Amino acid sequence: MTTKSSVTRLAGLAVAATVGLAAAAGHPAAAETIKIGELNSYAKFAAFTVPYRNGWQLALDEVNAAGGVMGKQLEIVSRDDGGTTGDAVRVAEELVSREGVSFIFGTFLSNTGLAVADFANQNKTLFIAAEPLSDALTMDKGNRYTFRMRPNTYMQTAMLVEQAKDSGIKRWAIVAPNYEYGQSAGASFKQLIAEAIPGAEIVAEQYPALGKIDAGATVAAIDQAKPDGIFNATFGGDQAKFVREGNTRGLFEGRTVLSLLTGEPEWMLVLGGEAPEGWITTGYPWEQIELPAHKAFVDAYQKKFNDNPRLGSFLGYTCIYTIKAAIEKAGGVDTDKLIAALEGLTVETVAGPMTMRASDHQSTMGAWVGLTTLKDGKGAMKDWFYADGAKYMHSEEEVMKARPK
Amino acid sequence: MDPAFLFIQFLNGLATASSLFIAACGLTIIFGVTRIVNFAHGSFYMVGAYMAVTLVEPALAAWYGPVSFWVSILAAAVAVGLMGVAMEFLLLRRIYKAPELFQLLATFGVVLVVQDLVTMVWGPEDILGPRAPGLRGAVEIFGQRFPQYEIVLILAGPVILGLLWLLFKRTRFGVLVRAATQDRAMVGALGVNQALLFTGVLFLGAFLAGLAGALQIPKEPANPFMDISIIAEAFVVTVIGGMGSVPGAFLAAVLIGELQAFGILVFPKITLVLVFLVMAAVLVVRPWGLMGRPDVTDSHAFGGERPLKRWPPALGWAAVAGVGVLAVLPLFVDSFTLKLMIEVFIFALFAFSLNFLMGTGGIISFGHAAYFGLGAYGAALVYQHMGAPMELAIVLAPAAAGIGAAVFGYFIVRLSGVYLAMLTLAVAQIVYAVAFQWVEVTGGDNGLIGIWPSAWAKDRLPYYYLTLVTCGAGVWFLRRAIYAPFGYTLRAGRDSALRADAIGIDLKTHRWLAFTLAGAAAGLAGGVYSFSKGNIDPQVLSIPTSVDALAMVLLGGIQTVTGPLFGAAFLHLIKDFVMPLTDQWRMILGFIIIALVLAFPQGLVGFVARFGERGEEGR
Repeated sequence: MTTKSSVTRLAGLAVAATVGLAAAAGHPAAAETIKIGELNSYAKFAAFTVPYRNGWQLALDEVNAAGGVMGKQLEIVSRDDGGTTGDAVRVAEELVSREGVSFIFGTFLSNTGLAVADFANQNKTLFIAAEPLSDALTMDKGNRYTFRMRPNTYMQTAMLVEQAKDSGIKRWAIVAPNYEYGQSAGASFKQLIAEAIPGAEIVAEQYPALGKIDAGATVAAIDQAKPDGIFNATFGGDQAKFVREGNTRGLFEGRTVLSLLTGEPEWMLVLGGEAPEGWITTGYPWEQIELPAHKAFVDAYQKKFNDNPRLGSFLGYTCIYTIKAAIEKAGGVDTDKLIAALEGLTVETVAGPMTMRASDHQSTMGAWVGLTTLKDGKGAMKDWFYADGAKYMHSEEEVMKARPK
Repeated sequence: MDPAFLFIQFLNGLATASSLFIAACGLTIIFGVTRIVNFAHGSFYMVGAYMAVTLVEPALAAWYGPVSFWVSILAAAVAVGLMGVAMEFLLLRRIYKAPELFQLLATFGVVLVVQDLVTMVWGPEDILGPRAPGLRGAVEIFGQRFPQYEIVLILAGPVILGLLWLLFKRTRFGVLVRAATQDRAMVGALGVNQALLFTGVLFLGAFLAGLAGALQIPKEPANPFMDISIIAEAFVVTVIGGMGSVPGAFLAAVLIGELQAFGILVFPKITLVLVFLVMAAVLVVRPWGLMGRPDVTDSHAFGGERPLKRWPPALGWAAVAGVGVLAVLPLFVDSFTLKLMIEVFIFALFAFSLNFLMGTGGIISFGHAAYFGLGAYGAALVYQHMGAPMELAIVLAPAAAGIGAAVFGYFIVRLSGVYLAMLTLAVAQIVYAVAFQWVEVTGGDNGLIGIWPSAWAKDRLPYYYLTLVTCGAGVWFLRRAIYAPFGYTLRAGRDSALRADAIGIDLKTHRWLAFTLAGAAAGLAGGVYSFSKGNIDPQVLSIPTSVDALAMVLLGGIQTVTGPLFGAAFLHLIKDFVMPLTDQWRMILGFIIIALVLAFPQGLVGFVARFGERGEEGR
């Protein structure tokens, strides 16, 4: 009996402590600040979102130190989105109605991005999607209130296919995770490779469930079809397994590999010394970019966080400066004025200029395209160049046809 | 097809089978003896992998060779075994007296805690381990390259099986394990120290899970998603083989491994759902798995000792007052709190329908989200593809879910106990996979958007009352059923199927009807959910949604009638409260659940009810 009541008391104490903490935290006093809401999967996908948060935190501090936006300090209320669409929509609403933010940005997974975009549309709130890559967000499920920063799946696939055009390779295999991102990457690849290389055919396709790739069986199935080129859309743990098995079984020998996202430090660092050689990939060779503005960004990031930036860091950093430019152009935080300001807005990012296209609210942020290689026992990129997103976007006609009226 | 390739694919399947077997056999041993469904098994697997990558690197740096590698692997497994002992000692031991399913809630809390703990200790990035020394390359088999390490894995499975066989046949501990698997009550009656036996079994089970995780590190990086990626498959293998049967688990693992290896050649996307299809097929044909045996003792997990008492008038008035408070709530709180309450009402009906199945009917369902999701999708699809108005969609939602529940329920109620629960899980996963893959109709994993309520219900206030009325009506209707002769019949079947049969009750039909009713109610909740959220995606059908409902029912108290309502309110409100506090909110939520499990083994409402009773009887 004593055990039970003492445990009860402990439990009660814990709950009381949490309540006390929350009460103490409370809501910050609303001074003359511009309040913006941010939500992302900080608990579930910390490998990407924590560097991303560092990026926007750095930009926030810089902007506020330089006097803020239109004389007012910028304040960002950041929340975890709970990792599910239900929680994300609720958190978005809490930011807007309880915290009283002027607009929201963030999210990571495509389905979360789409759900929050739909909430934004219903609620007439501006939403700037940072990482979600689904084409649908700016195409067939796009709406007036949603903008997107990252180059979408179609754009990045187009960047890779352009590199393979001259190879004349006709036999291709596709490996992509079995969810919308992988499916649309595969579909875009099929469409684009047929246009780029006449007579190109897909001799094998594998769509392993996300996070559950049976690497040995998948590699063997691909190898069996004897492709000359492989298009890989797996990432993270799936990619690491795929690379290891593929290397051991000689899958990649003598074959051209196009791989989405592999060159990003988030996914490259995991591979360590096992990083593949000579894969054509999109990525972020932060340590090699010579632009002075970018070098200053890298310096500032390393000083503040004692860590190297990732692609997420660049994304978060760019989000804040885009927001700053939009508010200044709109002269305030009125939603309709902000939307008008964002459409066609050109921002000078640390990697060059970037424009937010008016027709589909997709930014022309590009990606760095190059070859993977091993440098000092770690993966890096070589022979890379910055592919401007504007060159690879859907055409205006395709956009007009796809977007809802 | 090239016969050399087929042979290689066969070997690939065996390697997968071995890994699956080692991961699953610990689970089946733990269940066989303790009857605990251990959700935390995946967490053991994950920690095993993380410990292995931590130990192997310095070991290889000190002395590069196979010995340091394998010793580190075993050390990691032992560490995880000790973790299992810690969990048993600190947590499970205190709740052995609670209904069996309650321990599941405790292990669920452990899962949440370990998920955040792992990222706190090892960081959020994946950690790729080194290849095994001496096994870094491939051998040539019929002209194809096959990794050496996979050959070791293929051998590891049967070796572990052999060692376990020796353990169970030749040692006293093994004899006790087999006896407890067969008849736990008898083992207790014969004077065996059950606590020690359970501790030993938890060590063995956790050790095996950790070993399985550790063996993966030359193949895959240690990552924070390993627990959820393995747990469903481990459960499936365990169930197909027969709970408590280690040779059964081996057979099932080989079956699954080979089907997966060859399945992807025919259907490249099949891995999403293959294991669940196989499990459903096996359970329909062999209700106790391939090598399982029917339970000797009937599970009285839901306290058949207490007849249901009608409410005293005071309690009735209190309930009316409660509804009155909810009706006038909008005058006192802001719009966001109303949204929270809308979600609470929806989950309350969802949890109440599950408790109708579990508490009244004695039917444990791990896949109740299937009917919640069928209702949600039903309403959304009718609205989007057929242009039906919201009112019609919400009315059709329970119909859609009810039809689904009737069709699946027909097969489900033929089983019992944990096998029934696993078949409900399989059905839910199959429905999930259909929603996920059928992109043209359901929108795939991005789902459907733009599910907006009719003009009159577009604002928060009218939708609040709409939800209160519909979910309230659903709860009231089910409650009437609980207190009606139908409910009494169900409880009779729950308490003693044999006696119910003897007095002429057609138990199967009644359980089928109950399943359909519960499914329809969950569908109603789902339909209202669709319009409240504005978009719907397969997550509404997923395992976490089913687990949430289970947690709500257990937290509230499975032997009570109003328990699920308070459980739903508590869990949802606590989650919303905890999430903004820190990135590690899952750990805090896990600790809260564990604390509640230890403090209130009867659930929140159950605790209050017991309190009241003790007061009544003047003790």
